[in-house]
Amino acid sequence: MPKLIRRGAVVDDARVVVRNAIAVADVPAGPVLVPLSLWTSARDALLARGNVGVWLAPTDDPATLADDTARLPAIAVDFPAFTDGRGYSTARLLRERYGYTGELRAVGDIQRDQLAYLVQAGFDAFALAEGRDPQAALASLADFTDGYQHTGLRTPWFRRRAAAGAGA
Amino acid sequence: MYRYDSFDQRIVDERVAQFRDQTRRYLAGELSDDDFRPLRLQNGLYIQKHAPMLRVAIPYGQLSSRQLRTLAHIGRVYDRGYGHFTTRQNIQYNWPELARVPDILAELARVEMHAIQTSGNCIRNVTSDHYAGVAADEIADPRPYSELVRQWSTFHPEFAYLPRKFKIAITGATHDRAAILVHDIGLQIVRDARGELGFRVAVGGGLGRTPIVGHVIREFLPRAEILNYLDAILRVYNRFGRRDNKYKARIKILVKERKPAVFAADVEAEWAHLRSGPATVPAEEFARLEAFFAPPRYDTLASDDAGYRSALADNRAFANWAARNLHPHKVRGYAIVTLSLKKTGIPPGDVTSDQMDAIANLADRFSLGELRVSHEQNLVFTDVRQSELLALWKELKTLGLATPNIGLLTNIVCCPGGDFCSLANAKSIPIAEAIQRRFDDLDYLHDIGELDLNISGCMNACGHHHVGHIGVLGVDKNGSEWYQVTIGGTQGEHAAIGKVIGPSFAADDMPEVVARLIETYVHIRREDERFVDTVRRVGIDPFKERVYAEAH
Repeated sequence: MPKLIRRGAVVDDARVVVRNAIAVADVPAGPVLVPLSLWTSARDALLARGNVGVWLAPTDDPATLADDTARLPAIAVDFPAFTDGRGYSTARLLRERYGYTGELRAVGDIQRDQLAYLVQAGFDAFALAEGRDPQAALASLADFTDGYQHTGLRTPWFRRRAAAGAGA
Repeated sequence: MYRYDSFDQRIVDERVAQFRDQTRRYLAGELSDDDFRPLRLQNGLYIQKHAPMLRVAIPYGQLSSRQLRTLAHIGRVYDRGYGHFTTRQNIQYNWPELARVPDILAELARVEMHAIQTSGNCIRNVTSDHYAGVAADEIADPRPYSELVRQWSTFHPEFAYLPRKFKIAITGATHDRAAILVHDIGLQIVRDARGELGFRVAVGGGLGRTPIVGHVIREFLPRAEILNYLDAILRVYNRFGRRDNKYKARIKILVKERKPAVFAADVEAEWAHLRSGPATVPAEEFARLEAFFAPPRYDTLASDDAGYRSALADNRAFANWAARNLHPHKVRGYAIVTLSLKKTGIPPGDVTSDQMDAIANLADRFSLGELRVSHEQNLVFTDVRQSELLALWKELKTLGLATPNIGLLTNIVCCPGGDFCSLANAKSIPIAEAIQRRFDDLDYLHDIGELDLNISGCMNACGHHHVGHIGVLGVDKNGSEWYQVTIGGTQGEHAAIGKVIGPSFAADDMPEVVARLIETYVHIRREDERFVDTVRRVGIDPFKERVYAEAH
């Protein structure tokens, strides 16, 4: 069974990223993540099938899913290369603007050294790139204990500083 | 100046630990070159011609004497006894050993410094006016805002992997000494009709392959909205900036292709969602940051110190230095002093560790223990009493830091070039030196007057050649080094890109080319007209004719 890091632990996960489905018939059985194009063209059929999530490419507009966030069991964001940072904006928009609270999974070229940023941007599940050890990667989730900026997870540090009493 | 609290310190310490582990995994073969590259770049580490190069941030150019001593120590222990100040308020070390870089970062963290995001496709070290807080023409001190932006940009989780590097500059003065219009974002502090502080926001300026002067997309942004608005700009850029071609990936290309008005509308639409949100900066945070930069308790002094006046009258060398290397201070009886790192024969911006230690001692003695780094690669003492200028000048002279050439032709801005940098097409330091040697007559230099000469060894334009009154760009022609010359470039609030005068030149010709440009100027200038003003008035043709005339 493929491994996934979910909420800080390595778990087995059967949900498959279906990369090239153009019709519902192309979608294999079991839990899946389908391309946004298929979702927009066959939403009702996919909802009837059940247990369908959507994956977004870097150029996909997360606003397309604004009305679907409550009924999707998982949304994935694809990183064709870890240096392509568009997915970080996609994640924040899904969490902070479109109110998505379900599993948000980073897929593609995901490596341990990006996990700390991905978590802060709102991801809570990570399918590491082929050949990467998810167990070893867990350590990198804790690379940073906090950050200055506002994200879906926290208010900016300057709004918490006084209460936290961070001395010099 | 700003001091870290336990939170700031923890963030930097955690970064050191993270990079130590990444370096260990790289050296153990667990991280490939390709995977390690973006990680090391975001810690300022390049692999250069001879060795790695480490670029350390000096946020908005401010440095304490204690920090400078650490920079000296790092140069001595981990490098070859010197460092190089860059055009972006950073210091670079050219010879560190990769395995010891985590130790260098730990040394820096102990004095509240870092190399975070000094390279890579992320938000770089924020730069500002080197006279911040002491200039007479200031609307507000830009340093509290610069520090706010430093914190916001440090490990911003959404913007660590942008299409390309991203540079932000801030000025609080009416005269722009931070070159804000050639930055990805340039912020100028302004007041609105009600006297409220805010920013005029320019976007999409930059040098490099496609030099463009920034476009103002908002005339007044209330200061409380600054982080919301920066998030909006960066988000539009992160999502829609080109990633297919690194030469078209800077925000200036997005702004140009979308048209500035359309880009501005995109940003405003994004900002509409973020406006008044959690990242709105409360007045208490501004007050907290401002307190770090409160003016020191200045003494009440006469505006004209008698001893200083008589020293000027008696000592011509001192008077020359005072004429060129001092800038008016906002407080009576004090002066702003520039230490020239442009002595002929020394690569522009280079300082030895011994000099750094000596400068740190002088900063303690003469300027409240602090100094600044300018984007023209010089150092600045901001708070020197007029009565102590003569003593300071004597000390600086001994150290070779009193060359009276600030604003003059020999104050050359110059990148490391082909001697060090693996990106360079051509050498730049030897060209600077040859030009400095040709113009060794101080009286002639003063007669020529204000002149910015900038040299870049390739079109990445680290030497900012496009905005030099005379700009020199190293180019490669069939494997040999040539130099293209532009004139009429300008930095500051009237930023302009220089025009190419014609075919490029061999290295040996460069001093003569510059000499002919200057002769032309001297011949046709009007009274009180600077070189660049003459170029603006008459165009490039007279210069071109003279430079390319026979016997060249």
